[in-house]
Amino acid sequence: MKILVPIKRTIDYNIKAKVTRDGSGVVTDGVKMSINPFDEIALEEAIRIKERGEAEEIIAVSIGVSGAQQQLRTALAMGADRAILVETEEATQPLHAARILLKIREEEGTDLVLMGKQAIDDDANQTGQMLAALWGRPQATFTSKLTFEDGWLKATREVDAGLETIAVELPAVVTTDLRLNEPRFVKMPDIMKAKRKPLDQRKLEELGVEAPAKLEVGTHEPPPERKGGHKVESVDELVAELKERGVLS
Amino acid sequence: MSRTLLIAEHDGKQLNPSTAKALTGALAVGHPVDIAVFAADAGPVAEQAASLEGADKVLKVERAENEHPLAATLAPQIEALAADYSHVFMPSTTFGKDVMPRAAALLGSPQVSDIMEVLDAHSFKRPIYANNVIVTVKAPSDTVVTGTIRTASFKDAPAGGQAEITDKSLDVELPGHSRFVELEVHKSDRPDLQSAQRVVSGGRGVGNKENFEIIYRIADKLGAGVGASRAAVDAGFVPNDMQVGQTGKIVAPELYMCFGISGAIQHVTGIKDAGTIVAVNKDPDAPIFEIADIGLVGDLFEIIPELEEKLG
Repeated sequence: MKILVPIKRTIDYNIKAKVTRDGSGVVTDGVKMSINPFDEIALEEAIRIKERGEAEEIIAVSIGVSGAQQQLRTALAMGADRAILVETEEATQPLHAARILLKIREEEGTDLVLMGKQAIDDDANQTGQMLAALWGRPQATFTSKLTFEDGWLKATREVDAGLETIAVELPAVVTTDLRLNEPRFVKMPDIMKAKRKPLDQRKLEELGVEAPAKLEVGTHEPPPERKGGHKVESVDELVAELKERGVLS
Repeated sequence: MSRTLLIAEHDGKQLNPSTAKALTGALAVGHPVDIAVFAADAGPVAEQAASLEGADKVLKVERAENEHPLAATLAPQIEALAADYSHVFMPSTTFGKDVMPRAAALLGSPQVSDIMEVLDAHSFKRPIYANNVIVTVKAPSDTVVTGTIRTASFKDAPAGGQAEITDKSLDVELPGHSRFVELEVHKSDRPDLQSAQRVVSGGRGVGNKENFEIIYRIADKLGAGVGASRAAVDAGFVPNDMQVGQTGKIVAPELYMCFGISGAIQHVTGIKDAGTIVAVNKDPDAPIFEIADIGLVGDLFEIIPELEEKLG
Protein backbone atom coordinates (compact mmCIF):
# COMPACT_ATOMS: atom_id res chain seq x y z
CA MET A 1 0.00 0.00 0.00
CA LYS A 2 1.15 3.51 -0.84
CA ILE A 3 -0.06 6.40 1.30
CA LEU A 4 -0.51 9.98 0.17
CA VAL A 5 -0.34 12.58 2.94
CA PRO A 6 -1.37 16.13 2.01
CA ILE A 7 0.51 18.74 4.04
CA LYS A 8 -0.65 22.34 4.37
CA ARG A 9 1.65 25.18 5.34
CA THR A 10 -0.17 27.28 7.92
CA ILE A 11 0.62 29.92 10.52
CA ASP A 12 2.08 28.10 13.53
CA TYR A 13 -0.65 27.05 15.94
CA ASN A 14 0.98 28.94 18.83
CA ILE A 15 0.56 32.24 17.03
CA LYS A 16 -2.65 34.24 17.29
CA ALA A 17 -3.67 35.40 13.81
CA LYS A 18 -4.07 39.16 13.38
CA VAL A 19 -6.08 40.94 10.73
CA THR A 20 -4.10 43.22 8.40
CA ARG A 21 -4.75 46.97 8.65
CA ASP A 22 -6.79 47.04 5.42
CA GLY A 23 -8.82 43.94 6.39
CA SER A 24 -7.76 42.08 3.25
CA GLY A 25 -6.34 39.12 5.13
CA VAL A 26 -4.19 38.17 8.09
CA VAL A 27 -0.62 39.19 8.86
CA THR A 28 1.88 36.61 7.62
CA ASP A 29 5.04 38.72 7.23
CA GLY A 30 7.68 37.50 9.65
CA VAL A 31 5.22 35.02 11.17
CA LYS A 32 6.38 31.46 11.89
CA MET A 33 4.89 28.93 9.48
CA SER A 34 4.48 25.23 10.28
CA ILE A 35 2.79 22.04 9.13
CA ASN A 36 -0.93 22.18 9.90
CA PRO A 37 -1.08 20.19 13.18
CA PHE A 38 -3.83 17.84 11.95
CA ASP A 39 -1.69 16.98 8.90
CA GLU A 40 1.24 16.26 11.19
CA ILE A 41 -0.94 13.71 12.98
CA ALA A 42 -1.89 12.19 9.61
CA LEU A 43 1.78 11.91 8.65
CA GLU A 44 2.66 10.34 12.01
CA GLU A 45 -0.08 7.75 11.49
CA ALA A 46 1.18 6.98 7.98
CA ILE A 47 4.69 6.47 9.37
CA ARG A 48 3.37 4.10 12.06
CA ILE A 49 1.43 2.12 9.44
CA LYS A 50 4.62 1.81 7.40
CA GLU A 51 6.64 0.85 10.49
CA ARG A 52 4.12 -1.94 11.16
CA GLY A 53 4.82 -3.21 7.65
CA GLU A 54 1.36 -2.36 6.31
CA ALA A 55 2.57 0.26 3.80
CA GLU A 56 5.58 0.52 1.52
CA GLU A 57 5.78 4.17 0.67
CA ILE A 58 4.65 7.53 2.02
CA ILE A 59 4.35 10.48 -0.33
CA ALA A 60 3.83 13.94 1.16
CA VAL A 61 2.17 16.52 -1.08
CA SER A 62 1.65 20.21 -0.55
CA ILE A 63 -0.16 22.83 -2.60
CA GLY A 64 1.12 26.33 -2.09
CA VAL A 65 3.92 28.85 -2.28
CA SER A 66 7.53 27.90 -2.90
CA GLY A 67 8.18 28.32 0.83
CA ALA A 68 6.08 25.19 1.51
CA GLN A 69 9.23 23.23 0.59
CA GLN A 70 10.24 23.91 4.17
CA GLN A 71 7.22 22.04 5.56
CA LEU A 72 7.77 19.22 3.07
CA ARG A 73 11.41 18.91 4.22
CA THR A 74 10.09 18.58 7.77
CA ALA A 75 7.68 15.89 6.56
CA LEU A 76 10.60 14.07 4.91
CA ALA A 77 12.60 14.34 8.12
CA MET A 78 9.70 12.87 10.08
CA GLY A 79 9.61 9.87 7.76
CA ALA A 80 7.90 10.55 4.42
CA ASP A 81 9.83 8.87 1.57
CA ARG A 82 9.39 11.60 -1.01
CA ALA A 83 7.51 14.82 -1.52
CA ILE A 84 5.68 16.78 -4.19
CA LEU A 85 5.05 20.51 -4.14
CA VAL A 86 2.30 21.79 -6.41
CA GLU A 87 3.39 25.38 -6.64
CA THR A 88 0.91 28.26 -6.76
CA GLU A 89 0.77 31.77 -5.32
CA GLU A 90 -3.00 31.59 -5.08
CA ALA A 91 -4.73 30.56 -1.83
CA THR A 92 -6.36 27.32 -2.92
CA GLN A 93 -9.90 26.71 -1.68
CA PRO A 94 -11.01 23.19 -0.60
CA LEU A 95 -12.86 22.18 -3.79
CA HIS A 96 -9.87 23.21 -5.90
CA ALA A 97 -7.44 21.49 -3.52
CA ALA A 98 -9.56 18.31 -3.74
CA ARG A 99 -9.32 18.35 -7.54
CA ILE A 100 -5.55 18.83 -7.41
CA LEU A 101 -5.13 16.04 -4.86
CA LEU A 102 -7.32 13.78 -6.99
CA LYS A 103 -4.96 14.35 -9.91
CA ILE A 104 -1.84 13.63 -7.84
CA ARG A 105 -3.47 10.53 -6.39
CA GLU A 106 -4.24 9.25 -9.87
CA GLU A 107 -0.67 9.79 -10.97
CA GLU A 108 0.76 8.09 -7.89
CA GLY A 109 -1.81 5.31 -7.61
CA THR A 110 -2.03 5.53 -3.81
CA ASP A 111 -4.65 3.39 -2.02
CA LEU A 112 -4.92 5.55 1.05
CA VAL A 113 -5.01 9.31 1.43
CA LEU A 114 -4.43 10.21 5.05
CA MET A 115 -4.95 13.88 5.91
CA GLY A 116 -5.88 16.35 8.63
CA LYS A 117 -9.59 16.88 9.26
CA GLN A 118 -9.14 20.60 8.83
CA ALA A 119 -6.49 23.25 8.39
CA ILE A 120 -6.12 25.69 11.26
CA ASP A 121 -6.12 28.69 8.92
CA ASP A 122 -9.44 28.52 7.03
CA ASP A 123 -10.95 25.91 9.42
CA ALA A 124 -13.05 24.68 6.48
CA ASN A 125 -13.03 20.93 7.26
CA GLN A 126 -13.91 20.04 3.66
CA THR A 127 -10.98 18.91 1.53
CA GLY A 128 -10.83 15.24 2.58
CA GLN A 129 -14.57 14.74 2.15
CA MET A 130 -14.51 16.51 -1.22
CA LEU A 131 -11.59 14.43 -2.44
CA ALA A 132 -13.42 11.23 -1.45
CA ALA A 133 -16.55 12.42 -3.29
CA LEU A 134 -14.74 13.32 -6.52
CA TRP A 135 -12.79 10.06 -6.36
CA GLY A 136 -15.98 8.07 -5.71
CA ARG A 137 -14.38 6.33 -2.76
CA PRO A 138 -15.27 6.09 0.94
CA GLN A 139 -14.28 8.54 3.65
CA ALA A 140 -13.59 8.08 7.34
CA THR A 141 -13.45 11.52 8.92
CA PHE A 142 -12.38 12.69 12.42
CA THR A 143 -10.59 9.40 13.06
CA SER A 144 -9.08 8.62 16.46
CA LYS A 145 -8.26 4.94 15.83
CA LEU A 146 -7.38 3.14 12.63
CA THR A 147 -6.82 -0.55 11.77
CA PHE A 148 -6.64 -2.54 8.53
CA GLU A 149 -8.07 -5.93 7.64
CA ASP A 150 -8.53 -7.74 4.31
CA GLY A 151 -8.63 -4.68 2.08
CA TRP A 152 -10.92 -2.79 4.45
CA LEU A 153 -10.12 -0.30 7.14
CA LYS A 154 -11.88 0.18 10.40
CA ALA A 155 -11.99 3.70 11.78
CA THR A 156 -13.20 4.93 15.13
CA ARG A 157 -14.54 8.44 14.65
CA GLU A 158 -14.97 11.19 17.22
CA VAL A 159 -18.58 12.32 16.74
CA ASP A 160 -20.82 14.53 18.89
CA ALA A 161 -22.70 11.52 20.27
CA GLY A 162 -19.55 9.60 21.26
CA LEU A 163 -17.33 7.23 19.31
CA GLU A 164 -18.57 5.80 16.03
CA THR A 165 -16.86 2.92 14.29
CA ILE A 166 -17.24 2.43 10.55
CA ALA A 167 -15.66 -0.02 8.11
CA VAL A 168 -14.73 1.19 4.65
CA GLU A 169 -13.25 -0.58 1.68
CA LEU A 170 -9.87 0.57 0.35
CA PRO A 171 -8.96 2.72 -1.50
CA ALA A 172 -10.23 5.45 0.80
CA VAL A 173 -9.68 8.85 2.37
CA VAL A 174 -9.11 9.10 6.12
CA THR A 175 -9.08 12.40 7.99
CA THR A 176 -7.49 12.61 11.41
CA ASP A 177 -8.60 13.97 14.76
CA LEU A 178 -6.31 15.10 17.57
CA ARG A 179 -6.37 11.95 19.68
CA LEU A 180 -5.21 9.58 16.92
CA ASN A 181 -1.57 9.88 18.00
CA GLU A 182 1.14 12.22 19.19
CA PRO A 183 3.54 13.13 16.41
CA ARG A 184 7.23 12.39 16.97
CA PHE A 185 9.90 15.04 17.26
CA VAL A 186 12.28 15.34 14.38
CA LYS A 187 15.90 14.46 15.18
CA MET A 188 18.94 16.24 13.75
CA PRO A 189 20.31 13.27 11.75
CA ASP A 190 16.88 12.85 10.14
CA ILE A 191 16.91 16.50 9.05
CA MET A 192 20.25 15.88 7.35
CA LYS A 193 18.97 12.71 5.68
CA ALA A 194 15.82 14.47 4.53
CA LYS A 195 17.89 16.86 2.43
CA ARG A 196 18.74 13.96 0.14
CA LYS A 197 15.19 12.69 -0.24
CA PRO A 198 13.40 13.62 -3.50
CA LEU A 199 11.21 16.75 -3.55
CA ASP A 200 9.48 17.18 -6.87
CA GLN A 201 8.34 20.72 -7.72
CA ARG A 202 5.45 21.08 -10.12
CA LYS A 203 3.63 24.17 -11.35
CA LEU A 204 -0.11 24.13 -10.74
CA GLU A 205 -0.78 25.40 -14.30
CA GLU A 206 1.05 22.39 -15.75
CA LEU A 207 -1.11 19.90 -13.88
CA GLY A 208 -4.11 20.37 -16.18
CA VAL A 209 -6.62 20.73 -13.35
CA GLU A 210 -9.58 22.95 -14.10
CA ALA A 211 -10.32 25.49 -11.35
CA PRO A 212 -13.85 25.09 -9.95
CA ALA A 213 -16.31 27.74 -8.75
CA LYS A 214 -15.04 29.51 -5.70
CA LEU A 215 -16.07 31.74 -2.83
CA GLU A 216 -15.28 35.41 -3.13
CA VAL A 217 -13.34 36.30 0.00
CA GLY A 218 -14.17 39.74 1.38
CA THR A 219 -13.35 41.65 4.52
CA HIS A 220 -11.49 40.14 7.45
CA GLU A 221 -12.23 41.52 10.90
CA PRO A 222 -11.37 40.67 14.47
CA PRO A 223 -14.22 39.03 16.41
CA PRO A 224 -16.16 41.15 18.87
CA GLU A 225 -14.08 41.24 22.04
CA ARG A 226 -15.54 39.52 25.04
CA LYS A 227 -14.66 41.81 27.90
CA GLY A 228 -13.57 40.13 31.08
CA GLY A 229 -15.62 41.05 34.12
CA HIS A 230 -14.29 41.08 37.62
CA LYS A 231 -13.42 38.78 40.48
CA VAL A 232 -15.57 38.19 43.53
CA GLU A 233 -14.16 37.29 46.93
CA SER A 234 -16.58 34.67 48.15
CA VAL A 235 -19.23 32.12 47.18
CA ASP A 236 -21.86 34.39 48.75
CA GLU A 237 -20.89 37.23 46.45
CA LEU A 238 -20.91 34.86 43.48
CA VAL A 239 -24.40 33.58 44.21
CA ALA A 240 -25.67 37.12 44.85
CA GLU A 241 -24.35 38.34 41.52
CA LEU A 242 -25.75 35.37 39.59
CA LYS A 243 -29.16 36.10 41.10
CA GLU A 244 -28.83 39.76 40.24
CA ARG A 245 -28.06 38.82 36.63
CA GLY A 246 -31.14 36.64 36.61
CA VAL A 247 -29.29 33.43 35.71
CA LEU A 248 -30.06 31.89 39.11
CA SER A 249 -33.36 32.19 40.87
CA MET B 1 -35.98 28.94 -7.95
CA SER B 2 -35.30 30.34 -4.52
CA ARG B 3 -35.84 27.60 -2.02
CA THR B 4 -33.73 26.25 0.83
CA LEU B 5 -33.21 22.64 1.87
CA LEU B 6 -32.10 21.81 5.40
CA ILE B 7 -30.95 18.28 6.23
CA ALA B 8 -32.25 17.15 9.63
CA GLU B 9 -29.90 15.60 12.15
CA HIS B 10 -31.36 12.81 14.29
CA ASP B 11 -30.59 9.44 15.86
CA GLY B 12 -33.49 7.56 14.27
CA LYS B 13 -35.92 8.50 17.04
CA GLN B 14 -35.23 12.05 18.15
CA LEU B 15 -34.55 15.16 16.15
CA ASN B 16 -31.22 16.60 17.27
CA PRO B 17 -31.52 20.15 18.73
CA SER B 18 -28.97 21.33 16.14
CA THR B 19 -31.73 21.13 13.52
CA ALA B 20 -33.89 23.79 15.21
CA LYS B 21 -30.92 26.14 15.46
CA ALA B 22 -29.85 25.51 11.87
CA LEU B 23 -33.44 26.20 10.76
CA THR B 24 -33.21 29.71 12.21
CA GLY B 25 -29.99 30.26 10.25
CA ALA B 26 -31.52 28.79 7.08
CA LEU B 27 -34.60 31.03 7.38
CA ALA B 28 -32.34 34.11 7.57
CA VAL B 29 -31.62 33.63 3.86
CA GLY B 30 -35.22 34.68 3.27
CA HIS B 31 -36.54 31.77 1.17
CA PRO B 32 -38.98 28.99 2.12
CA VAL B 33 -37.18 26.19 3.95
CA ASP B 34 -37.93 22.48 3.55
CA ILE B 35 -36.45 19.95 5.97
CA ALA B 36 -35.33 16.55 4.67
CA VAL B 37 -35.28 13.56 7.02
CA PHE B 38 -33.15 10.67 5.77
CA ALA B 39 -33.95 7.53 7.76
CA ALA B 40 -35.05 3.90 7.52
CA ASP B 41 -38.26 4.94 9.27
CA ALA B 42 -38.53 8.72 9.22
CA GLY B 43 -41.98 8.96 10.81
CA PRO B 44 -41.31 10.14 14.38
CA VAL B 45 -38.48 12.49 13.43
CA ALA B 46 -40.49 13.99 10.56
CA GLU B 47 -43.31 14.81 13.00
CA GLN B 48 -40.85 16.61 15.27
CA ALA B 49 -39.35 18.52 12.34
CA ALA B 50 -42.82 19.48 11.11
CA SER B 51 -43.58 21.09 14.46
CA LEU B 52 -40.73 23.59 14.10
CA GLU B 53 -42.06 27.02 13.26
CA GLY B 54 -40.90 28.26 9.88
CA ALA B 55 -40.46 24.90 8.18
CA ASP B 56 -42.43 24.84 4.93
CA LYS B 57 -42.44 21.16 4.05
CA VAL B 58 -40.85 18.08 5.60
CA LEU B 59 -39.59 15.46 3.17
CA LYS B 60 -39.24 11.89 4.34
CA VAL B 61 -36.56 10.03 2.41
CA GLU B 62 -36.88 6.47 3.62
CA ARG B 63 -34.71 3.53 2.64
CA ALA B 64 -32.89 0.80 4.53
CA GLU B 65 -29.45 2.31 3.79
CA ASN B 66 -30.48 5.45 5.68
CA GLU B 67 -30.63 3.69 9.03
CA HIS B 68 -27.19 5.07 9.90
CA PRO B 69 -25.93 8.43 8.66
CA LEU B 70 -23.00 7.55 6.41
CA ALA B 71 -21.62 10.34 4.25
CA ALA B 72 -20.99 8.02 1.31
CA THR B 73 -24.67 7.05 1.09
CA LEU B 74 -26.26 10.35 2.10
CA ALA B 75 -24.27 12.63 -0.21
CA PRO B 76 -25.57 11.24 -3.53
CA GLN B 77 -29.15 11.45 -2.23
CA ILE B 78 -28.64 15.06 -1.14
CA GLU B 79 -27.15 15.77 -4.56
CA ALA B 80 -30.30 14.40 -6.24
CA LEU B 81 -32.64 16.29 -3.92
CA ALA B 82 -30.69 19.55 -4.39
CA ALA B 83 -31.92 19.85 -7.99
CA ASP B 84 -35.03 21.62 -6.67
CA TYR B 85 -33.19 24.06 -4.41
CA SER B 86 -31.01 27.17 -4.52
CA HIS B 87 -29.53 26.54 -1.05
CA VAL B 88 -28.65 23.38 0.88
CA PHE B 89 -27.63 23.55 4.54
CA MET B 90 -26.69 21.23 7.36
CA PRO B 91 -25.89 22.03 10.99
CA SER B 92 -22.19 22.48 11.68
CA THR B 93 -22.00 19.41 13.92
CA THR B 94 -19.83 16.36 13.28
CA PHE B 95 -22.78 15.03 11.21
CA GLY B 96 -22.97 18.09 8.96
CA LYS B 97 -19.20 18.50 8.78
CA ASP B 98 -18.86 14.91 7.55
CA VAL B 99 -21.68 14.86 5.00
CA MET B 100 -22.07 18.40 3.61
CA PRO B 101 -18.65 18.73 1.90
CA ARG B 102 -19.15 15.36 0.19
CA ALA B 103 -22.49 16.52 -1.21
CA ALA B 104 -21.07 19.97 -2.05
CA ALA B 105 -18.27 18.40 -4.10
CA LEU B 106 -20.78 16.29 -6.05
CA LEU B 107 -22.72 19.49 -6.74
CA GLY B 108 -19.58 21.42 -7.73
CA SER B 109 -20.39 23.96 -5.04
CA PRO B 110 -17.76 25.73 -2.92
CA GLN B 111 -19.14 25.19 0.57
CA VAL B 112 -19.43 27.89 3.22
CA SER B 113 -18.47 26.26 6.54
CA ASP B 114 -19.67 27.45 9.96
CA ILE B 115 -22.03 30.21 8.88
CA MET B 116 -22.38 32.54 11.87
CA GLU B 117 -24.30 35.35 10.16
CA VAL B 118 -26.35 35.59 6.98
CA LEU B 119 -25.81 38.97 5.26
CA ASP B 120 -27.85 38.22 2.14
CA ALA B 121 -28.75 35.14 0.08
CA HIS B 122 -25.13 34.70 -1.02
CA SER B 123 -23.03 36.54 1.58
CA PHE B 124 -22.11 35.09 4.93
CA LYS B 125 -19.81 35.68 7.86
CA ARG B 126 -17.76 32.79 9.19
CA PRO B 127 -14.98 32.34 11.73
CA ILE B 128 -11.47 31.32 10.69
CA TYR B 129 -8.15 30.92 12.55
CA ALA B 130 -9.85 29.35 15.58
CA ASN B 131 -12.36 32.20 15.81
CA ASN B 132 -9.63 34.83 15.96
CA VAL B 133 -10.74 36.27 12.63
CA ILE B 134 -14.19 36.68 11.07
CA VAL B 135 -14.31 36.69 7.29
CA THR B 136 -17.10 37.68 4.91
CA VAL B 137 -17.47 35.35 1.93
CA LYS B 138 -19.72 35.47 -1.10
CA ALA B 139 -20.92 32.29 -2.75
CA PRO B 140 -21.24 32.27 -6.56
CA SER B 141 -24.77 32.81 -7.90
CA ASP B 142 -24.52 30.27 -10.72
CA THR B 143 -24.28 27.17 -8.52
CA VAL B 144 -26.33 25.91 -5.60
CA VAL B 145 -25.18 27.44 -2.29
CA THR B 146 -24.02 24.83 0.24
CA GLY B 147 -23.11 25.49 3.83
CA THR B 148 -22.98 24.34 7.41
CA ILE B 149 -24.63 26.51 10.05
CA ARG B 150 -22.81 27.22 13.29
CA THR B 151 -25.45 26.25 15.85
CA ALA B 152 -24.06 28.44 18.67
CA SER B 153 -24.80 31.52 16.55
CA PHE B 154 -28.55 30.93 16.17
CA LYS B 155 -31.46 30.44 18.56
CA ASP B 156 -33.80 27.45 18.35
CA ALA B 157 -36.67 27.81 15.93
CA PRO B 158 -39.68 27.64 18.26
CA ALA B 159 -42.23 24.84 18.28
CA GLY B 160 -45.75 25.46 17.04
CA GLY B 161 -45.33 24.84 13.32
CA GLN B 162 -47.46 22.50 11.25
CA ALA B 163 -45.47 21.76 8.15
CA GLU B 164 -46.84 19.34 5.60
CA ILE B 165 -45.04 15.96 5.61
CA THR B 166 -44.49 14.26 2.25
CA ASP B 167 -42.71 11.14 1.08
CA LYS B 168 -39.89 11.57 -1.36
CA SER B 169 -38.35 8.68 -3.22
CA LEU B 170 -35.03 9.20 -4.93
CA ASP B 171 -33.78 6.99 -7.71
CA VAL B 172 -30.14 6.97 -6.70
CA GLU B 173 -27.73 4.07 -6.70
CA LEU B 174 -25.81 3.87 -3.43
CA PRO B 175 -22.28 2.51 -2.96
CA GLY B 176 -21.61 -0.50 -0.72
CA HIS B 177 -18.08 0.46 0.24
CA SER B 178 -18.96 2.06 3.61
CA ARG B 179 -20.55 0.28 6.55
CA PHE B 180 -21.66 1.35 9.97
CA VAL B 181 -20.21 -0.90 12.69
CA GLU B 182 -21.18 0.60 16.04
CA LEU B 183 -21.79 3.76 18.00
CA GLU B 184 -20.50 3.93 21.52
CA VAL B 185 -22.70 6.48 23.22
CA HIS B 186 -21.77 7.81 26.59
CA LYS B 187 -25.18 7.52 28.25
CA SER B 188 -26.29 10.49 30.26
CA ASP B 189 -29.57 11.81 31.55
CA ARG B 190 -28.12 15.29 31.79
CA PRO B 191 -29.09 18.03 29.35
CA ASP B 192 -27.42 17.99 25.94
CA LEU B 193 -24.33 20.21 25.97
CA GLN B 194 -25.13 22.11 22.81
CA SER B 195 -28.68 23.04 23.79
CA ALA B 196 -28.45 23.24 27.61
CA GLN B 197 -29.28 26.59 29.24
CA ARG B 198 -26.62 25.90 31.85
CA VAL B 199 -23.30 24.12 31.43
CA VAL B 200 -20.73 23.19 34.10
CA SER B 201 -17.23 22.17 32.97
CA GLY B 202 -14.17 20.72 34.65
CA GLY B 203 -10.55 20.85 33.58
CA ARG B 204 -7.17 19.49 34.46
CA GLY B 205 -7.52 21.04 37.93
CA VAL B 206 -10.15 18.45 38.80
CA GLY B 207 -7.25 16.02 39.07
CA ASN B 208 -8.66 12.63 38.10
CA LYS B 209 -11.67 10.66 36.91
CA GLU B 210 -13.01 9.97 40.41
CA ASN B 211 -12.85 13.64 41.39
CA PHE B 212 -15.00 14.54 38.39
CA GLU B 213 -17.94 13.31 40.45
CA ILE B 214 -17.98 16.69 42.18
CA ILE B 215 -18.53 18.39 38.80
CA TYR B 216 -21.47 16.08 38.02
CA ARG B 217 -22.92 16.81 41.44
CA ILE B 218 -22.93 20.59 41.10
CA ALA B 219 -24.20 20.23 37.51
CA ASP B 220 -27.16 18.15 38.70
CA LYS B 221 -27.89 20.70 41.37
CA LEU B 222 -28.08 23.35 38.65
CA GLY B 223 -29.80 21.14 36.08
CA ALA B 224 -26.80 21.73 33.86
CA GLY B 225 -25.09 19.84 31.06
CA VAL B 226 -21.52 18.75 31.80
CA GLY B 227 -18.49 19.62 29.70
CA ALA B 228 -14.72 19.38 30.00
CA SER B 229 -11.56 20.92 28.65
CA ARG B 230 -9.39 19.11 26.14
CA ALA B 231 -6.81 18.55 28.89
CA ALA B 232 -9.40 16.68 30.98
CA VAL B 233 -10.44 14.52 28.01
CA ASP B 234 -6.84 13.80 26.98
CA ALA B 235 -6.07 12.80 30.57
CA GLY B 236 -8.95 10.32 30.45
CA PHE B 237 -11.11 11.95 33.15
CA VAL B 238 -14.15 11.98 30.83
CA PRO B 239 -15.11 10.74 27.33
CA ASN B 240 -14.46 12.75 24.15
CA ASP B 241 -18.07 13.76 23.60
CA MET B 242 -17.83 16.08 26.61
CA GLN B 243 -15.04 18.21 25.17
CA VAL B 244 -15.88 21.89 24.85
CA GLY B 245 -13.69 24.00 22.62
CA GLN B 246 -12.45 24.62 19.11
CA THR B 247 -12.04 20.92 18.33
CA GLY B 248 -14.89 19.78 20.58
CA LYS B 249 -18.31 21.30 21.01
CA ILE B 250 -19.15 24.97 20.75
CA VAL B 251 -21.65 25.82 23.49
CA ALA B 252 -23.87 28.84 24.04
CA PRO B 253 -25.69 28.43 27.37
CA GLU B 254 -27.09 31.28 29.47
CA LEU B 255 -24.73 30.28 32.26
CA TYR B 256 -21.34 28.64 31.84
CA MET B 257 -19.40 27.71 34.98
CA CYS B 258 -15.93 26.23 34.71
CA PHE B 259 -13.81 24.74 37.44
CA GLY B 260 -10.09 24.09 37.24
CA ILE B 261 -9.87 25.22 33.62
CA SER B 262 -6.94 27.52 32.85
CA GLY B 263 -8.51 29.02 29.73
CA ALA B 264 -6.43 27.84 26.78
CA ILE B 265 -7.47 29.64 23.59
CA GLN B 266 -8.85 26.40 22.17
CA HIS B 267 -11.28 26.12 25.11
CA VAL B 268 -12.23 29.80 25.16
CA THR B 269 -13.19 29.56 21.48
CA GLY B 270 -15.90 27.09 22.43
CA ILE B 271 -17.56 29.24 25.10
CA LYS B 272 -17.48 32.79 23.71
CA ASP B 273 -21.19 32.68 22.87
CA ALA B 274 -22.23 31.93 26.47
CA GLY B 275 -24.33 34.49 28.35
CA THR B 276 -22.54 34.63 31.69
CA ILE B 277 -19.18 32.92 32.19
CA VAL B 278 -18.12 32.03 35.73
CA ALA B 279 -14.59 30.77 36.36
CA VAL B 280 -13.21 29.15 39.49
CA ASN B 281 -9.48 28.50 39.53
CA LYS B 282 -6.83 28.52 42.21
CA ASP B 283 -4.34 30.38 40.02
CA PRO B 284 -5.26 34.10 40.14
CA ASP B 285 -3.34 34.65 36.89
CA ALA B 286 -5.14 31.94 34.88
CA PRO B 287 -6.09 33.33 31.44
CA ILE B 288 -9.70 32.21 31.94
CA PHE B 289 -10.16 35.23 34.25
CA GLU B 290 -9.49 37.54 31.30
CA ILE B 291 -12.73 36.52 29.65
CA ALA B 292 -14.88 35.36 32.59
CA ASP B 293 -17.68 37.70 33.64
CA ILE B 294 -17.30 36.58 37.23
CA GLY B 295 -14.12 35.04 38.60
CA LEU B 296 -13.47 33.42 41.94
CA VAL B 297 -9.96 32.46 42.99
CA GLY B 298 -9.86 29.37 45.16
CA ASP B 299 -9.84 25.60 45.49
CA LEU B 300 -12.72 24.04 43.59
CA PHE B 301 -12.94 21.24 46.18
CA GLU B 302 -13.81 23.84 48.82
CA ILE B 303 -15.87 26.15 46.66
CA ILE B 304 -18.19 23.56 45.07
CA PRO B 305 -19.46 22.10 48.40
CA GLU B 306 -20.07 25.61 49.69
CA LEU B 307 -21.85 26.52 46.48
CA GLU B 308 -24.04 23.42 46.72
CA GLU B 309 -25.00 24.40 50.22
CA LYS B 310 -25.81 27.99 49.29
CA LEU B 311 -27.90 26.90 46.35
CA GLY B 312 -30.09 25.08 48.85
